[in-house]
Amino acid sequence: MSGVSNVDGVVGGAVIQASGLVKRYGELEAVKGIDLEVRAGEIFGFLGPNGAGKSTTISILCTLLSPTAGTARVAGIDVAFDPAGVRQRIGLVFQDPSLDDQLTGRENLEFHAFIYAVPAAVRRQRIDEMLALVQLADRASSQVKTYSGGMKRRLEIARGMLHQPQVLFLDEPTLGLDPQTRQSIWAHLNELRRSKGITIFMTTHYMDEAEYCDRIAIIDQGKIVALGTPDELKAMVGGDVVTITSSRPEDAAREIEEILGVTPARDNGTLRMEVPDGKAFVPRLVRELIAPVDTVSMHRPSLDDVFLKLTGRAIRDEEASTRDQNRTMANRFMGRRR
Amino acid sequence: MSVNAVTAPNATAPAQHAPADTRMATLRAIYIIWYRDLLRYWRDRWRLVASLAQPLLFLVVFGSGLSSALGRGTLFGTSGGISYIQFMYPGIIGMAILFTAIFGAMSIVWDREFGFLKEVLVAPIDRSAVAIGKALGSTTQAMIQGLILLVLAPFVGVKLSVLTVLTMIPLAAVLAFGLSSFGVALASSMKSLQGFQVVMNFLMMPMFFLSGALFPLTGLPGWMTVLTRLDPASYGIDPLRRVVLSNSGLPGSVVDRLGLTINGQVLPIPLEAGIVFAFGAVMLGIAVVMFQRRD
Repeated sequence: MSGVSNVDGVVGGAVIQASGLVKRYGELEAVKGIDLEVRAGEIFGFLGPNGAGKSTTISILCTLLSPTAGTARVAGIDVAFDPAGVRQRIGLVFQDPSLDDQLTGRENLEFHAFIYAVPAAVRRQRIDEMLALVQLADRASSQVKTYSGGMKRRLEIARGMLHQPQVLFLDEPTLGLDPQTRQSIWAHLNELRRSKGITIFMTTHYMDEAEYCDRIAIIDQGKIVALGTPDELKAMVGGDVVTITSSRPEDAAREIEEILGVTPARDNGTLRMEVPDGKAFVPRLVRELIAPVDTVSMHRPSLDDVFLKLTGRAIRDEEASTRDQNRTMANRFMGRRR
Repeated sequence: MSVNAVTAPNATAPAQHAPADTRMATLRAIYIIWYRDLLRYWRDRWRLVASLAQPLLFLVVFGSGLSSALGRGTLFGTSGGISYIQFMYPGIIGMAILFTAIFGAMSIVWDREFGFLKEVLVAPIDRSAVAIGKALGSTTQAMIQGLILLVLAPFVGVKLSVLTVLTMIPLAAVLAFGLSSFGVALASSMKSLQGFQVVMNFLMMPMFFLSGALFPLTGLPGWMTVLTRLDPASYGIDPLRRVVLSNSGLPGSVVDRLGLTINGQVLPIPLEAGIVFAFGAVMLGIAVVMFQRRD
């Protein structure tokens, strides 16, 4: 038996392979040549700000959009050649809710089982198993409109898993959920990976969530700018991140550069620098600087710092959170709760 | 490398592309889409009750009012004593079917707005199942609505025999199918809820008024005669009325006089039903094509 096998739907351990993916909308190039490989059984995170091309890429991989150029194979099947074959082998959890909230949780799963050709003999057992896995068994016969946002998300995850896909795609699975609920969604995803050995591909713009992933691709302006484990990525920053504020930032910046030999990045009154040994650097900084230093802080590099280093910008969490709020308000207005 | 091929959960699942499998998958999908619509319809009993209020209002208030006014006219009240309310009754059944069928089909727009349609459209099924399942779902809802109104016959002085009812059911089904398919075709191209009001005011209400549900389609001004003959609902309501009035013991000549004619020719019931069915089939075909185009 050959290691390269179509029956397995997996070629050499890679469940997703994309090369040279491009998506153009007229003048706008949303995705500008993406190559990536996702291995069987890993949690792969796609991290980037809104509008970076995350959703477009995930849509191409899920066969919801066709690429302008490039190829992608998911579960061993070419997305352009056999979209239905790919869809049968993947589970999808969309950014926006896609449940029928007049139906019960169980009815939503039954509907899914029918359109994904889950054999009648195992339908009921599989539904029960999935409901138990996301801890919704006791609420299975309540209408979905009575569910909380986190419960709906869990039900969607259960639904995505019902036809035993090889890859579960999640587009911003925790968007608009409160921190506690986000934690619990993650606990369920980890449990799924552990008990089912499923590959998970997800997009997020929450830096703290990306830490849970085995590997992360950072995407900015339609291109992957870095790919690796969270630790590998953080090692790119090197040492510690020191941030100071000063009422005379220009002078402070010049002095730091001349005296300490470090070029700080400026953001209004804030100066930010990466140094090998922060503990030794901070006392020197305070001693040597003539310009006033108002506050000093130091931290181990986070993925935020990685992103900042690679793109020169912070992921605008502010913008993201207003978007969340708008979404929540819009949902409330439409009579949906998440 | 030859032995350790990765074993995925789905590894032994055969490729599901044999024609028979695909056909079964489509049928299963049609079934569950139809079933979901009925489940929702049944669950939302207030809507069921509320949607009966309008036809009842027409029958009881509007009908009684006009009945008294027209009672001594030439058309009604003479020739074997048919009241306006008796005349109108099959028309109101048609109205209930018209409104329920199109509203039911338009729930696709809601599904799109609230995200559920996505779950269906990304499934590995032929999208014709969406159009067909929805059309059949609305057809069934409209039929149920129409059948509930049949129960009211004795209260408005309409006598129905078992045979009449058995004749009316397939005729009502054809009308429900034609209009549901029309609704699905409309909904397939509608991306937002805004279009809904437009359909309501500029399509459903005119279709209702021009269908002959409220007045005989004879002796009308020329422009209106043309419009009433272009209204598919006219060809669905006329057979219902013929069946009901014939059964009330009204002479055939009077029934014909109240019925739909083209160039003075009375259309046979099977032809009328055929027209409505063909209209529905064409509309369903359009809807299938619309859904199969990738967004």
